Amino acid sequence: MGDTILEMKSITKEFPGVKALDNVNLVVERGEIHALIGENGAGKSTLMNVLSGTYPAGSYSGEIYYNGELCQFKTLKDSEAKGIVIIHQELALIPLLTIGENMFLGNEKKNKLGHIDWDLTYNEAEKHMRQVGLNESAQTLIKDIGTGKQQLVEIAKAFSKNVKLLILDEPTSSLNDEDAKMLLDLLIEFKKNGLTSIIITHKLNEIIYCADKATIIRDGSTIETLVKGVDEFSEDRIIKGMVGRPMNDRYPTREHKVCDEVGLEVKNWTVHHPLYHEKIVDNNISFKVHKGEVIGFSGLQGAGRTELAMSIFGKSYGTNISGELYLNGEKVDLKNPEQAIHHKLAYVTEDRKVNGLILGESIRFNTTLARLDKVCSKGIIDTTNEKKVAEEMTEAMGTKTPSIEQQVGNLSGGNQQKALLGKWMFTEPDVLILDEPTRGIDVGAKYDIYCLINQMVEDGKSVIMISSEMPELIGMCDRIYVMNEGELRGELNAKEATQEKIMSYIISAKA
Amino acid sequence: MSTKKENAGSQFNLGAFLTKNSMVIALVVVFVLFYFLTDGRLLYAQNMSNLLLQNGYVLVMACGMLLCILTGGNIDLSVGSVICMVGGMAAVLLTNHGVSVYVTIPVCILVGLAAGIWQGYWIGYVRIPPFITTLGGMFIFRGFGRLILDSKTVAVQDATFLNIFTAYIKIPGLDTEAHIWSPLLIGALAVAFIIYSTISSRSNKAKKGYRQNSAAADYGRAIVISAVLLFYCYLLTQYKGISVMLVWVVVICLIYHFITSKTAFGRYFYAVGGNEKATQLSGINTNKVYFIAYANMGLLAGLCGLLCLARVGSVNGSTGTSFEMDAIGSCFIGGASAYGGSGTIPGVIIGALLLGVINMGMSIMGIGDSWQYVVKGGVLLLAVIFDVVSSRKSGK
Repeated sequence: MGDTILEMKSITKEFPGVKALDNVNLVVERGEIHALIGENGAGKSTLMNVLSGTYPAGSYSGEIYYNGELCQFKTLKDSEAKGIVIIHQELALIPLLTIGENMFLGNEKKNKLGHIDWDLTYNEAEKHMRQVGLNESAQTLIKDIGTGKQQLVEIAKAFSKNVKLLILDEPTSSLNDEDAKMLLDLLIEFKKNGLTSIIITHKLNEIIYCADKATIIRDGSTIETLVKGVDEFSEDRIIKGMVGRPMNDRYPTREHKVCDEVGLEVKNWTVHHPLYHEKIVDNNISFKVHKGEVIGFSGLQGAGRTELAMSIFGKSYGTNISGELYLNGEKVDLKNPEQAIHHKLAYVTEDRKVNGLILGESIRFNTTLARLDKVCSKGIIDTTNEKKVAEEMTEAMGTKTPSIEQQVGNLSGGNQQKALLGKWMFTEPDVLILDEPTRGIDVGAKYDIYCLINQMVEDGKSVIMISSEMPELIGMCDRIYVMNEGELRGELNAKEATQEKIMSYIISAKA
Repeated sequence: MSTKKENAGSQFNLGAFLTKNSMVIALVVVFVLFYFLTDGRLLYAQNMSNLLLQNGYVLVMACGMLLCILTGGNIDLSVGSVICMVGGMAAVLLTNHGVSVYVTIPVCILVGLAAGIWQGYWIGYVRIPPFITTLGGMFIFRGFGRLILDSKTVAVQDATFLNIFTAYIKIPGLDTEAHIWSPLLIGALAVAFIIYSTISSRSNKAKKGYRQNSAAADYGRAIVISAVLLFYCYLLTQYKGISVMLVWVVVICLIYHFITSKTAFGRYFYAVGGNEKATQLSGINTNKVYFIAYANMGLLAGLCGLLCLARVGSVNGSTGTSFEMDAIGSCFIGGASAYGGSGTIPGVIIGALLLGVINMGMSIMGIGDSWQYVVKGGVLLLAVIFDVVSSRKSGK
């Protein structure tokens, strides 16, 4: 047997009415990368919150042994003192403070007089930043560096706390493939120096790439632990464990029935940055999508895909927008989202919590919001009718919820995404723009969303899909456009598209 | 699916009932408390009649303030000053210049609306923070008010004007020197309407198979409201009857309750307060929502200026000082969120009444102004603390 750093024994945690964790066991050995996987709501984050003391000892049953010693953490500070550091999915950095200030927030480097020693702070900060290969000044503001680098700051911060066991909750969900790979390589590098990591992720290829072991959690219970080199360690095997059945086809098949008619066409579309007017975000882009067709936009983050979509959707992004937009062959000028919606265009945002849903309101409220006029007569809401259409839409989307009066903020990520899709399906779009429609949601919910896309094109509508997951684009689209640095770099037929080809378009563009 | 819902609807949950109606319960408790503290004087017909008349302007302001607060916890600090400006203008026009009442009233309300539009424009379309804009407005309109009044107190004696706001309704035949029956008639009509709408809404839901509250809950509610209403109307028969002022206040509350709960336009306020960006991307002009919230607040402040002038009979340079705070307090006591996106007109009415009962009770007991401020502040803080803590416990 190896050297066990952490053992969690029969952990059970109950919330009012819900058993979030039921007799979960987890064994992690020193110097390994241990992946924790499961569908949304399976209990991964709860387990890590138990470990880190976010849920204090006593609020759960079971035992935690760390370095062979029984631990009862009351707060996050207790676990950090032992070298257990958790980095959450939503980064806990303050945009208007510097890297150094963030790194020692709550843990300030003080001199004898009791005030902050800034020289020491920045010196220490840069020492840890070098450890993670971050070449920035420690006095740079967080808001001025990208998400990839922010993730590195979090890790450097963990090092400053003398981390022994690093827990990363979906560290790559907001990173593009390139940055994600860099991060994983970094973890492998640290492993050589003896750091133990637990990584929670939905991206199975990352697990295959970097993890030594994978523990699968389903419905609050541990299902199994797979060991690389001993058990079968493949994506299909993991999916089988996660959903409890083998999933042969990750992308539902559809008959490709692309019509000749063009649903949406954009010619010479140029968008400038909303604040720095001279900066061009999208440069002279032309593309089209036929009826009954799914097209994809691939590219790295910052390639200008979201900006392109939003600028088309009623100029909801950017300034000095020029170019021509045709819907059903007719030239239109959409000045705001309202006009876009009335021209049967829908944009499903990549950021459902910030730009998509009103989290404090019910599913019913959110479903009808974009087209309230459909359930109104003379400005007065017909509540009975509203409930009816919301019920229908919730059922059509397959959203799992006790009732349509449920606050969307209380739904899981996958169900929120379905509620968001329901909201836009309610507008009856002819052209549906999906921006990262499957980000941060589990395999089962992804499949449901792919089925909805297929249903849309079957009905002769057009779908534009922006995604950072290349397999998803290759699996779902008829054609794929590749963008980089605000320019269109290529167009691929889905049949001939491979990840390598897409990557080569992006890279060649850089040269 | 439907069985699950019926279960949820028919089970009586005491905890949920208490949390949901906490402010109503608080109002009842405070009312009973002051009833005993004042040896029953609180319930005298004259006091009960005055309770609503004294707080009428607070209710009108609070209706407008709720819309501002819904957009994201934004408040309008300029309301008291607009009241002074509009009230002052009306008084000067009527008394010093002898302008007709039928010209004065529309002109003054339009001036209030103009003040609202001025602020709404900066807040909605230029995105100046509401706090700053209305703080500016608070000084500017107070200044205009004093200029118009020439720093004097101006009284109004115009009978037509006073009658429009402060007369008591007299129905020939029903209301004589000896007895006043019209409140009971109107009360009975209102009760009939409440019971009719409860029955029709229930049968409508039953017909379509929608989720119902239990019959006891629905009818119990209707009966309690009806009983309180009838009792209040009975008290009014003992003291002068129904004031026109009361009609103004009730009509405005009903209109704003309808707007906020039943119209698409009202829902946009909740949407903006809940998540402005998502609302914008849903094709809703959020600038316009802000603009209208503040323009409307100006309109209602203008109307309030007239109500105050009519009730007090005169205006001076400090009329309306800190009135906006009563309106804001009522909204928050009544359950509006300080972050926007939630709050209702019935809640605001309860909040305003709670403050009103405390004020009146303490006045009857002869407790001074200073203590009234202390208690008012304490109640406001307690109400919000209770709201925050109870929603945290329920795990939201």
